[in-house]
Amino acid sequence: MRPRPVCFARPLFARAYASPSSPHALLFLDHRKGVIDPGSLSALTAASQLGGQVTGLVVGANDHVSSVLEKAKSLKGLTSLLHSTSDIYAEPLPETISPLLEKILSGSEYTHVVSTPSSLAKSILPRVAAKLDVPAVSEITSLEHDSASNSTTFTRPIYAGNAIATVRLPSTVPVKFFTVRGTSFDAAPSEDGKDIPVQAVDPVEVSSPTQHVSTKIAKSDRPELSVASRVVSGGRPLKNAETFAAILYPLADALGAAVGASRAAVDAGYADNSLQVGQTGKAVAPELYIALGISGAIQHLAGMKDSKLIVADPDAPIFQVADIGLVGDLFEVVPQMVEKLKQ
Amino acid sequence: MRPTPSRLLNILVPVKRAVDYAVKIRVNSSQTGVDLNVKHSMNPFDEIAVEEAVRLREKHKSDIKSIKAFTIGPPKSVETLRTALAMGADSAVHVELPESAPSPEPLSVAKAIRSYIGKQESEGGVDVVILGKQSIDDDLGQTGQMLAGLLGWGQATYASKVELDLGKKEALVTREIDGGHEEVRVKLPMVVTTDLRLNEPRYASLPNIMKAKKKPVEKLKPEDLGVDFTPIIETLKVSEPPKRVGGGKVESVDELVEKLKEHGFTAV
Repeated sequence: MRPRPVCFARPLFARAYASPSSPHALLFLDHRKGVIDPGSLSALTAASQLGGQVTGLVVGANDHVSSVLEKAKSLKGLTSLLHSTSDIYAEPLPETISPLLEKILSGSEYTHVVSTPSSLAKSILPRVAAKLDVPAVSEITSLEHDSASNSTTFTRPIYAGNAIATVRLPSTVPVKFFTVRGTSFDAAPSEDGKDIPVQAVDPVEVSSPTQHVSTKIAKSDRPELSVASRVVSGGRPLKNAETFAAILYPLADALGAAVGASRAAVDAGYADNSLQVGQTGKAVAPELYIALGISGAIQHLAGMKDSKLIVADPDAPIFQVADIGLVGDLFEVVPQMVEKLKQ
Repeated sequence: MRPTPSRLLNILVPVKRAVDYAVKIRVNSSQTGVDLNVKHSMNPFDEIAVEEAVRLREKHKSDIKSIKAFTIGPPKSVETLRTALAMGADSAVHVELPESAPSPEPLSVAKAIRSYIGKQESEGGVDVVILGKQSIDDDLGQTGQMLAGLLGWGQATYASKVELDLGKKEALVTREIDGGHEEVRVKLPMVVTTDLRLNEPRYASLPNIMKAKKKPVEKLKPEDLGVDFTPIIETLKVSEPPKRVGGGKVESVDELVEKLKEHGFTAV
């Protein structure tokens, strides 16, 4: 009853104020040297669920941007594309990209800024959000936008996934920043013959306090961990880097799986840091997760318990979340598995 | 030769009191949050931040003028500051919130740190802020980046190695990134956030714990920094994650492979 008389008394004002503005998301399309980060496709699916337009933003060096645009044009859910090309973006830094984002967002119609939680995006988005004086929500697993109240409700894991928080960014937050947990949304597919407007944005020249020096990427022919449908993960009992490789890689290759590792295995130097699965490493949710020599600390479970089928040692705490358990010496069991899988 | 005053660095290390990483947390019955009547300790990434500050001083000796720990939280957060002091910080600042106050959000924490840094100008300013990359309770991972943005400083997130060049007033930082790592050169003043790989935090010795009790802890109120800590993000509900149904045990590799094949997992 309360607001009604006011609305009727000032219908024009009420209409202007309450008419739902359609959401328009700006999706930061992360890529490495022109190859779109697979998580960005899941972020696009999430952005589409807001129910409005989705504009993709591609930032980088000329060659890289053109190859991303070529692929992105046909992505389902994207309604337009922006790109900004400059040599200063060839090695992306938050200090150089943030001013560009601020320029694009200032006085714009964008209601949301969305991205995959890649290490680059996680470094950039909060920096920009703070400049716009708005909060940000990290690694959401579901969302619902209410156009009438211009508020967006998200769920996200907290406490290493041991609780799920339902949080709302109210209408007082004009631009709502969030990153999307890739394992909770399907990757947006491509559609043939799609044509969407593509517009260039001038780069913002800034004197950055930070310079890029070098990048070292661990080369691997195996699927990317965060999007692999099968993951074989190893822990400390694998003894050293050589046995880690000798035991895990043949099984991973037989299954076409990505290789993951527990923190203990990474700390002991058996595997590269980027293979760590868990609260502070990668979150994975493959069809199949095989845990070898992993006891299953809270922090590890945080990164893999949404997997569809989990195989682990029944004597370890990790079996509480596993579907199939086998007790045995992994140095004997794993080679047998490889052999029998191949039969 | 004595270093010139302009080369003396002040390091600020914001730390957070969080539910201990080993505690199995429980959602409260009213679904408003988790049961906080459990063991708390310093957020593990912040321990790494304190350790790094102390190591930088051990390396650069008197060129590091001060290491100050900073926290925002209820009265008990002072214990977390004492831990930082016992590890080697010189002094601490406690922005005290009421016991029942909700946990402040990264944006307001970043604003409070910025405000505090502003107040330090007369004392020689702050040159390096080292924070954890995320706290293990809200898992947001934003405060360092927000702070760098507000200050307009360079940022080195997910650091696994920090080398200061005091002559050039810059740092060479190795960062953990997806698929590998990168090196960046950042001009001071700067913000660093720590990855697990940066160092192995020390245990505070008993004598150092005793000494820490005598180190100064400055008390501030939110009003002193002009920051409102009321959350902007509304928490509607906190619930238990879906439980997995327990699985079955198999006796042999044959049986395991058979099960895998049943589920459609064959060799490629």
